[in-house]
Amino acid sequence: MGHAVTLVKDSAPAARKARPAAPATAGRPGRRRENLAGYLFMSPWIAGFLLLTAGPMVASLYFAFTDYNLFNTPKWVGFDNFTKMFDDPRWQKSVEVTAKYVIIGTPLKLLLALGVALLLAQSRRGQAFYRAAFYAPSLIGASVSVGFVWRSLFSDGAIVDRTQTFLGFHVGGWVGNADWALYCLVALTVWQFGAPMVIFLAGLKQVPKELYEAAEMDGAGPFRRFWNITLPMISPVLFFNVLLETIHSFQIFGSAYVVSNTYCGPADATLVYTCYLYQQGFRNSQMGFASAMAWMLLLAVALVTAVLFWSQKKWVHYEEDTR
Amino acid sequence: MSSPALPAPPEPGVPPSTTRHLAPNRGRTGSLAWHLGALLILAVILYPVAWVVGASFKPSKDIINSLTLFPSEPILSNFKGLADGIADVEIWTFFQNSLFYALGAVAGVLISCSLTAYAFARIRFAGRNLLFSLMIGTLLLPYHVLLIPQYVMFQKLGWINSYAPLLIGKYLATEAFFVFLMVQFMRNLPRELDEAARLDGCGHLRIYWSIVLPLCRPALITSAIFTFINAWNDFMGPLIYLNEPGKYTVSLGLMMFRDSDGVAANYGGMIAMSLVALLPVLLFFLAFQRYLIDGMATSGLKG
Repeated sequence: MGHAVTLVKDSAPAARKARPAAPATAGRPGRRRENLAGYLFMSPWIAGFLLLTAGPMVASLYFAFTDYNLFNTPKWVGFDNFTKMFDDPRWQKSVEVTAKYVIIGTPLKLLLALGVALLLAQSRRGQAFYRAAFYAPSLIGASVSVGFVWRSLFSDGAIVDRTQTFLGFHVGGWVGNADWALYCLVALTVWQFGAPMVIFLAGLKQVPKELYEAAEMDGAGPFRRFWNITLPMISPVLFFNVLLETIHSFQIFGSAYVVSNTYCGPADATLVYTCYLYQQGFRNSQMGFASAMAWMLLLAVALVTAVLFWSQKKWVHYEEDTR
Repeated sequence: MSSPALPAPPEPGVPPSTTRHLAPNRGRTGSLAWHLGALLILAVILYPVAWVVGASFKPSKDIINSLTLFPSEPILSNFKGLADGIADVEIWTFFQNSLFYALGAVAGVLISCSLTAYAFARIRFAGRNLLFSLMIGTLLLPYHVLLIPQYVMFQKLGWINSYAPLLIGKYLATEAFFVFLMVQFMRNLPRELDEAARLDGCGHLRIYWSIVLPLCRPALITSAIFTFINAWNDFMGPLIYLNEPGKYTVSLGLMMFRDSDGVAANYGGMIAMSLVALLPVLLFFLAFQRYLIDGMATSGLKG
């Protein structure tokens, strides 16, 4: 993603160089017409950005400092919503649950995605079939249907429970068990490893074969080749996946709502952040409090994004532009 | 490629030639291990899908507890029961609503995102780079920050319990991912095409419609299918904006099969409906998997 931004900056001067003739003959009116055309084509996006993104962001920031239940006029309360929030045990619980979900689920999912991508990258027969099949869960994983299936598979007496009992540690159904319910959601996100896997695979395909041949000639073993060639070469793709998956998993809502029960129990065991935000905003009509919660989420996501972008200087290797 | 330390110095004591000797042998056992590994993962991946197919033909009381994947005596009553509808709403209504939502979303995304992408990729106008950065920024923005103020706005407009709040964003190019996908695709089209068309006196609208759009078909198909599937699976949007069962989408209709504790009165019906709800997505996937996977793959590259 950061790549995208830099790419635009890079390509703009190149484009200017590529077509010097047209603007020179067209002159100033031509440029004005290009500007007009540009903004006309962009007008849906600009309207959407102002009305549905920028405007609501400002409004949300304002609501965060008010007492507002949708029917009263918002009343300014300063930092009250934030102090109430930090003292609220359910809010603390929702932060804890979400942090656990992100910290456990995302690395597991990405490790599996990378591992399977490495497996599939050795082109053998059936590679395309496996790639497609492994990707399928990413398309259906967010649906209510799969939520129900998941709930069923992890309930008392179903396959997961029976397998565990067979292996010698009886837990019972995960969904109703406050210690295990969250791992049911973690399993659901890990099951959808196909989307990052496909991106890893595309990255792996771009690593020049000569590098491996040269390294093998020099006696580098598979681990060394992975560490010194594969990992640096796919680090931009790894960065992209880490960024997107982390941001997405902060925002999990539907699966928590469907797989557990509609109040994200038992005992708030799956009370992910957005679930609590939904309860406060839409069940309790605490629009001010919910807006304050939303801004805390935004700050957390922004912080993680900033740390990732800052850290990429140390571990992400972008190919130098040779064009 | 800036830094990896290459070539790695040979390890002392490991003669480099041994690996070459082993190569053909390793190939055969390696191939076997590869296929075993891939099949094992495949089994885990496909199990839930196979399970829902089998379970929908089982009587409610057997669904959780019988471990056989497919019933020895499959029954159709779960599906037949769906014909009665739920809470006085016909099941078909949910599908009609979802179809309306999904197709409406597809039309909106195709029109608005391709226009925006054309401006980003093919028109040089003042402020383009700034707007592009803003657009990329919205990709990372958590939707929940917009949720409450948007709800307040749509409530004031009297749009609650309609599809307008769900669809308007699609017509205003707020789906930044698809704008991005199309921009990437359009940038790779040869510029000579535009220049030739310009010399022939074509304006931007003409170039967009007659040259760029037809050449962008793969990106348009990818965006259309992803949009359809996302709208079909969408849960939070309908949950917040629709509050009358007759307007519910399939996702919300499914939720009517159980109470707030997650207990389903008609378990078999719920599982059968889950399967039916999955079918459009699975069929789309089977028909267009190339477009979906390639679209997904390129999003991370040159990114």
